Amino acid sequence: MIESVIFYFFGAVLVVAAVGVITARNPVHSAMFLVLSFVTSAFLWMLLEAEFLAIVLVLVYVGAVMVLFLFVIMMLDVDLERLKGGFTRYAPLGFAMVAVVVAMLGALVWSRTAEMSAIEAPPRAEAGYSNTEALGAVLYTDYVYPFELAAVILLVAIVAAITLTIRRRPGLKVQDVARQVAVRSRDRVRIVRMEAEKDE
Amino acid sequence: MIGLPHYLTLAALIFTLSIAGIFLNRRNVILLLMCVELMLLAVNFNFVILSRYLGDISGQVFVFFILTVAAAESAIGLALLVVLFRSRRSVHVEDLDAMKG
Repeated sequence: MIESVIFYFFGAVLVVAAVGVITARNPVHSAMFLVLSFVTSAFLWMLLEAEFLAIVLVLVYVGAVMVLFLFVIMMLDVDLERLKGGFTRYAPLGFAMVAVVVAMLGALVWSRTAEMSAIEAPPRAEAGYSNTEALGAVLYTDYVYPFELAAVILLVAIVAAITLTIRRRPGLKVQDVARQVAVRSRDRVRIVRMEAEKDE
Repeated sequence: MIGLPHYLTLAALIFTLSIAGIFLNRRNVILLLMCVELMLLAVNFNFVILSRYLGDISGQVFVFFILTVAAAESAIGLALLVVLFRSRRSVHVEDLDAMKG
């Protein structure tokens, strides 16, 4: 009973937030709706006993990725006036695509409702069960190479993001430590012999 | 009682909404990236649902990797967007026609 209440409440909020993401004219409002949909998804994931991923979704997505999105939206000077205007010329094609996807997913999900309802979820884990521990036990044994690969992907993303956005402005006065250390005194001081001038 | 069809319908609904969003918002690249994030959320939702109902934790491991790759993707995507805005002064899809697509 309480599961139904939680599911329908957060499910409704999730759908409303998703509609808000795609219909809001202001990109900042879209980002905020996306944050709302991530948070409500985290609640539903807790209902599905994926506690670690629910926390990761809030920490990584809401805490890092969406803040990055908001930073970029606020840094870029997006003119809202041009974003107003009606649908693009792709809108009919878009609606056709959406209808096709709805038909496919609907045929898949709703035609086999009885079969799917027959799949019972396993009973709830007991109080001492730790989802994080279970995930870690699999992640560091069976999936250790994909895990290391994921770390490399994150490193590549860091390097790529920095090299893409770094800006070398000409005429900027910066220290070159290597040249400073390698300098020798005879490069800097030149002793010139010259005749003393005589006062007439 | 909430069963598998309810959860799968919810995930399918989010996925469909994000596809609709990509077609509706073909003006702003930032909104396209956000719709892609929403789509990834729907896919992750399916993994978590089936991980619970089939009693297999591998689905959650997959979600973990998808979250990692999605974070990398959005970081690089936003970096590209910043570079694009610096050179073209615009993030409108219609202005980005240098390759005559």
